Amino acid sequence: MKKYNMIIDVAKCHDCNNCFLACKDEYIENDFLPISIAQPWHGHRWMDIMRKERGQYPQVDVAYRPTPCMHCDDAPCMNVCKEGTVYKREDGVVIIDPEKARGEKGLMKACPYGAIWWNEEKEVPQKCTFCAHLLDDGWAEPRCVQACPTGALKVVHTEDAEMKKIIASEDLEIYLPETKTNPRVYYKNLYRFTTSFIAGSIALQDTDECAEGAKINLRKGSKSLVSNLVTNNYGDFKLDKLPEESGDYTLEIAYEGYQSKSLTVNLEKSINLGTIFLAPS
Amino acid sequence: MGKIERFTNGTTGGPVFVYVQDGRIIRVTPMAFEESDAPSWQIKARGKTFSPPRKTTLAPYSFSYRSMVYSPKRNLYPMKRVDFDPNGNRNCEKRGESGYERISWDEAGDIVTNEVKRIKREFGAGAILSTAGSHHLWGNVGYRHSAYFRFANLMGFTYADHNPDSWEGWHWGGMHNWGFSHRLGIPEQYDLLEDALKNTEMIVFWSSDPEATNGIYSAFEHTSRRQWLKELGIKMVFIDPFYNHTAGMYSDKWFAPRPETGNALACAIAFVWITEDLYDKDYIESRTVGFEKWKEYILGKEDGLPKTPAWAEVETTIPAREIRALAREWGAKKTMLAAGGLGGWGGACRAASGNEWARLMISLAAMQGMGKPGSNIWSTTQGAPCNTAFVFPGYAEGGISGDTGNSAAGFRWVYRMFSFDQPTSTSINAPMGQHIPRLKIPECILDGKYEWRGKGFCGPSIESQFHKYKYPADGYPEIQMYWRYGGSFIGTMCETNRYVKAYKTDRLPFVVNQSIWFEGEVKFADIILPACTNFERWDISEFANCSGYIPDSYTQCNHRVISLQKKCIEPLGESKSDYDIFAFMAEKLGFYGPYTNGGMKDLDWVKRYFEASELPDHISWEEFFKKGYFVVPMPEDYRPTPALRWFAEDRPKDTPDWGPHPETQEEFGKGLQTTSGKIEFDSSSLRKFDPGDEERPLIPKYITSWEGHHTTYLYNKYPLQMISPHPRFSFHTMGDAKDSWMNDVKDHRVLKEDGYYYWIIRINSKDAEERDIEEGDLVKAFNDRGAVILAAQVTERVPPGTVHSYESCADYDPLGQPGESADRSGCVNILTPSRYITNNSAGMAPNSCLVQIEKY
Repeated sequence: MKKYNMIIDVAKCHDCNNCFLACKDEYIENDFLPISIAQPWHGHRWMDIMRKERGQYPQVDVAYRPTPCMHCDDAPCMNVCKEGTVYKREDGVVIIDPEKARGEKGLMKACPYGAIWWNEEKEVPQKCTFCAHLLDDGWAEPRCVQACPTGALKVVHTEDAEMKKIIASEDLEIYLPETKTNPRVYYKNLYRFTTSFIAGSIALQDTDECAEGAKINLRKGSKSLVSNLVTNNYGDFKLDKLPEESGDYTLEIAYEGYQSKSLTVNLEKSINLGTIFLAPS
Repeated sequence: MGKIERFTNGTTGGPVFVYVQDGRIIRVTPMAFEESDAPSWQIKARGKTFSPPRKTTLAPYSFSYRSMVYSPKRNLYPMKRVDFDPNGNRNCEKRGESGYERISWDEAGDIVTNEVKRIKREFGAGAILSTAGSHHLWGNVGYRHSAYFRFANLMGFTYADHNPDSWEGWHWGGMHNWGFSHRLGIPEQYDLLEDALKNTEMIVFWSSDPEATNGIYSAFEHTSRRQWLKELGIKMVFIDPFYNHTAGMYSDKWFAPRPETGNALACAIAFVWITEDLYDKDYIESRTVGFEKWKEYILGKEDGLPKTPAWAEVETTIPAREIRALAREWGAKKTMLAAGGLGGWGGACRAASGNEWARLMISLAAMQGMGKPGSNIWSTTQGAPCNTAFVFPGYAEGGISGDTGNSAAGFRWVYRMFSFDQPTSTSINAPMGQHIPRLKIPECILDGKYEWRGKGFCGPSIESQFHKYKYPADGYPEIQMYWRYGGSFIGTMCETNRYVKAYKTDRLPFVVNQSIWFEGEVKFADIILPACTNFERWDISEFANCSGYIPDSYTQCNHRVISLQKKCIEPLGESKSDYDIFAFMAEKLGFYGPYTNGGMKDLDWVKRYFEASELPDHISWEEFFKKGYFVVPMPEDYRPTPALRWFAEDRPKDTPDWGPHPETQEEFGKGLQTTSGKIEFDSSSLRKFDPGDEERPLIPKYITSWEGHHTTYLYNKYPLQMISPHPRFSFHTMGDAKDSWMNDVKDHRVLKEDGYYYWIIRINSKDAEERDIEEGDLVKAFNDRGAVILAAQVTERVPPGTVHSYESCADYDPLGQPGESADRSGCVNILTPSRYITNNSAGMAPNSCLVQIEKY
């Protein structure tokens, strides 16, 4: 049985909002019963794009995480709702029945992803339907995926066994795995959102030149090597994918003809150490 | 529920399929091609084959068109300001404050007709001022060069000439180094995608954010191409005071010079290349003139100030060692300089330093052998393989007006379109008539006089921008009436409280505003004529084809897509298409026959377009009408002709570019438009005009800004430099406000507790902390020109000292007296200077702007 999955590549999203707006275009003032009733004119974010800035000027990066309903296989909303209010289709898509769910405001709190929105006027909880009405009509993908110009959003319609292979080969992750809800939405390059970096620039004190090719070692505490690299032609380095608030690291800098340096860095969130000057040996 | 029908249409953000049910639009999507549509091109480079997706892309605001069509801010009926009496007290000073009452089309038509006739009788047609917003809703018949000019030319009017607001520095500066006047100073871009995929090693994006500004009209057609370039390992460096959205995707290195000091960085790069021998001396010797003189300036022999990286560090805040590292890398690698977002353009050209920036970009590219394989000025947006021989016009090729005087490319199309009928023109809008520069409309109305050089877009020749004008022109009347058409200048021009003040005076006795929505400027009209959107009328168009001063602009797109813009629904309320409004008014004014060319409807003009184009050689009218779009096939024997390769190799020009005019060249088709035919570091056109003009010197220089960190008096009061680039989430005023869904885009507006959607200003965390400002706080940005209430986004995307807020707010919502109080809708244009780039360069400089910000 083929089922729907979505893969979202955080590194390919630049917040153009086409997914968010295509969703509005599809659902506002349009009823698609029995799948959905109209989304309110303002306020709902069935595709919610979250922003994460890391670092400090000038070593920064910005990532966006489009967040739809995860269409979990063990969806908490299904567990707390009245019988039949929320159901999972054979194709994997989770639907809140817009008639039966009237008044069920509690569903919103059940979702660990904040993906359920309350329609004040109709008194009904609403969320992404994976455009099930379009899939049923023969469309290959939901509106958000069709609208995405960068390839950040992709639909995979396949057997679960095959999906497992894709997860492994493409190194996909789920967001908030600790909630154990078995989402059908997978992320690529999620580290841009969930981890932090230590960055900086190495320069030479005597010549005021950028130190290209300086060797950087990062150790946890003073022992095991966590990460290493060589600086680029601007003397820049960026040691990425470090857990936030992961404590003390030792940063060792070596450059031939210059005195090595060792710094202790306490990592709370991504940090740009600025320019580190090396003195001649 | 009735059957769902799928129509085709076109928008400024791309062609669309429109789904309609029971007379209501229910869905708008990009187009997906069919198997039978023309095949896509392929490029083979570095062992890979690249071919574009078989669909079109769409800009964000185009996904929200349905919210604009059904916006509660639509003008649905003709309206009259309640306290306006054309035969009694006009209460001009109450404009912007008093409300409106609904009147019939006949009443509105009669009031306007009586005023037009009275003014023509008492003053002459030159007393009627009219102009349009920069951009109209899409469609060759409905576009402003088309129906609007046809009507206005027949009525007679003084046109407020548009300054080249996206070109500015290239137009007033760059043109003097290399010509390209028929492109307003920006370069051709043909086939540079293939060149880059094959040969380029690095791209320097300088004031360039194509992922946000979409080239022009071309949505995300080039996004996949930038991804290909990245996958090939081509390094991408960004120079921009804002860590822009293209940088966010692709940046390997970001430099953020202090606003207005990028030119010091450019000079220092040249210094490194000269002193470390990192430039193409053969090219400089054979393809350029005046380098030795400029070299003396760079090395400090002219003014005693060597333009060293250390000197530039003080100006820009970028460390000298990083400037050297950049210059060395650039000098060693085949590099595309993406100066601006189109190949030219860029916020840096709309500043006091804009002229010199464009000239320095050309200078740097010349030093690296511009036109040789892999090395050029190219912004990644234009230059896809393309069938440019297929004839279908852009909107700026004369349209149904046939007015060639206001478009560079009109001569090519008009004769196909008007084989047997009459094009139109007006002597008033000819160079010998009367003019008003759009940026100085308030001065002309309030002071009654103004002098300047250059009539708007000076495309015909380099020299045309030196031509001196004055208002009123000798023998012409002062303005008595303003027929405003589309868009709002309060959110798009500079120091815009001036425009508000110009409305609130009886020096302007009558104001008509013809507009789709009740935008910021509409609320200053005496009579409102309600227009409809492109979804409510017939039209025809091509994806991103404006032509005019951007010949072959559709090379931005992956496929040439021509669409029939079907009338999807009936016009809402009593609104009408612009074509029909003008036909209605023409009837009342007595020139219905000439205007409609003997009774033609908009669909008749669409068919005329179809027949005058090359479409009938490929598809029948019936089939086109049914299918709604056509993909232009590539020629089978396509042979790329990379931009400026002919110039680098000193061959006759072989690209499809049709300019410059033969009159400007010693040998037609050979060399550039400059007197020497070469790139001129030392400009012959400026020498002929005024060799003593220190604001625009003969050689490109670093000139400190007239509003920047060196203007101490102002800087002490207003220590933040505000840049206000073209917007990401609206297109000029299209998409913004009007209760559109764009208001919900987190990076466009912020909904506060009071239920109001506030415009965003981006401020560095350090500057925010000093002012006790936190993310989402309401702030007041102000200077001597006014104040705007905005929502703060605290960010590292701008360095300390720089703030960023897009221009183009569609609304205007003063907290008190209009023109005198703070605006809370977000017109940061109230804060920007109205001063010209230089005294002789009549362009806008909104990115030279000092402000202070405090918590509101």
